[in-house]
Amino acid sequence: MNWTAIKAIYTFEMTRFFRTITQSIISPVLSTSLYFVVFGAAIGSRIDEVEGVSYGAFIVPGLIMLSVITQSISNASFGIYFPKFIGTVYELLSAPINFFEIVIGYVGAAATKALFIGTIILITAFFFVDITIQHPIAMVAFLILTCISFALMGFIIGIWAGNFEQLQLVPLLIVTPLVFLGGSFYSISMLPPVWQVISHFNPVVYLISGFRWAFFGSADVPILTSLLAIALFTALCLGVIWWIFRTGWRLRA
Amino acid sequence: MPTILDIQDLRKSYAGGFEALKGVDLQIEKGEILALLGPNGAGKTTLISTVCGITTATSGKVTVGGHDIHDDFRAARSMIGLVPQEINLEPFEKVINTVRFSRGLFGRPADEAKLEKILRQLSLWDKKDSQIRELSGGMKRRVLIAKALSHDPQVLFLDEPTAGVDVELRKDMWEIVAGLKASGVTIILTTHYIEEAEAIADRIGVIARGELLLVEEKDKLMARLGKKQLEVQLTEPITEIPLALQSPDVELSADGQALIYTYDTNAERTGITKLLAKVAESGLVLRDVATRQSSLEDIFVGMLKEDAA
Repeated sequence: MNWTAIKAIYTFEMTRFFRTITQSIISPVLSTSLYFVVFGAAIGSRIDEVEGVSYGAFIVPGLIMLSVITQSISNASFGIYFPKFIGTVYELLSAPINFFEIVIGYVGAAATKALFIGTIILITAFFFVDITIQHPIAMVAFLILTCISFALMGFIIGIWAGNFEQLQLVPLLIVTPLVFLGGSFYSISMLPPVWQVISHFNPVVYLISGFRWAFFGSADVPILTSLLAIALFTALCLGVIWWIFRTGWRLRA
Repeated sequence: MPTILDIQDLRKSYAGGFEALKGVDLQIEKGEILALLGPNGAGKTTLISTVCGITTATSGKVTVGGHDIHDDFRAARSMIGLVPQEINLEPFEKVINTVRFSRGLFGRPADEAKLEKILRQLSLWDKKDSQIRELSGGMKRRVLIAKALSHDPQVLFLDEPTAGVDVELRKDMWEIVAGLKASGVTIILTTHYIEEAEAIADRIGVIARGELLLVEEKDKLMARLGKKQLEVQLTEPITEIPLALQSPDVELSADGQALIYTYDTNAERTGITKLLAKVAESGLVLRDVATRQSSLEDIFVGMLKEDAA
């Protein structure tokens, strides 16, 4: 393992993040505050408790997941797409590193950024609602796993994308709907039976449910199912990345 | 001198059937400067990209310092520095950060003193905290060189280092290359400026349509293929070449003031004595004579024409 190279990629990516640190912090803080004002205060005041938790608190795990998933994907996809776009990818390809070291560097940095933003949102949430986290270790573990697995997915999108439009396409058309329909703002049990069944095909449901369990101790699906789902998703992404590595798809002529 | 880069029967074909490299064999000695000369699309960049790992070869074997570029890619690539043709740099990054990144990427531990030395050598030290986008084109090219040198490569590829660079900067670049050679770095550069190959290379390879037409020491190449021209200036202009002097090798200058005779310096007889005798026979009066060595450019153009024929 060329750890020096991994560190170089990681540091370089994090420098980019910290160069725009103000907007990196302000943007999630602002959007989270807006969600709390709209969903928590305006709409939430008309909704009874959900699964024994006030609506404002209930949406916290979903809100964090929403941002973390979007951020992981966009950071990782941009991270590897940008060198391809401006041509600096030549350096990655000619360096004495293998593809997995490249993945660790970029995915690690993207996951760190997403984790950072997730933490900021959690801190912001404490200003609006009272939350006690019942399983803090599981909460952190879930958060980290989500950051990594979706950064892996973002990395694949970044390799695949041939232009900026495609880079936006998957997050916009697939991920955002899945996250919104994944129970970010509601419990699956609040849906009509048909939609409950359909929801079980949405992988994000398992993530948000598991994450919510770590907060409140109650979930839409059993926690083990959630863990299994995220493990499967990570394995799938790793499989695709392994295939890209074998074939040099969209990287090496 | 030992061979540092060994390329054997390197082939690269694309899915469409286009053959970018048609079995290239090339051995580079440690410490030399080899100029690869060829028109656009000849396969120069493909050759470099394949050795550096950016493009995968269809077949063939390449070793760098004895390390196979495929089986032992870490050792092989560690020895190589690449300065690409395009100015591929992240516009918002600082010069020093991008150079640090390159060194780290090649697995070398941080060494600020080393980087300072490289940046000073390339007159970039004052600009180390500037963003890349603030630099001029020539400066950006130097940044690319600094990145390539940051990990102490033993073999440096310069892919058209002076394309689109003004004359003064080109001379600067040649000095930089000479300095690198002095420090023991082996340099392979591609160019389509013949004067560049002539000015700095030890050996010259000519590549066209994916084939290496020849590789030879520059001086020998010039001597072997070099033709000279004898210009016979006349006191009175003439309208046509006298019958006795008519030959494919003799031309009349546009103003009719001079006869131009092309001859081969390596031929047994140059034919100069005979020509001058015929000039006198024809009743022409000489004002002056001059000889001129054909440049590498003439050689190159001649060779490509031959290859196309």
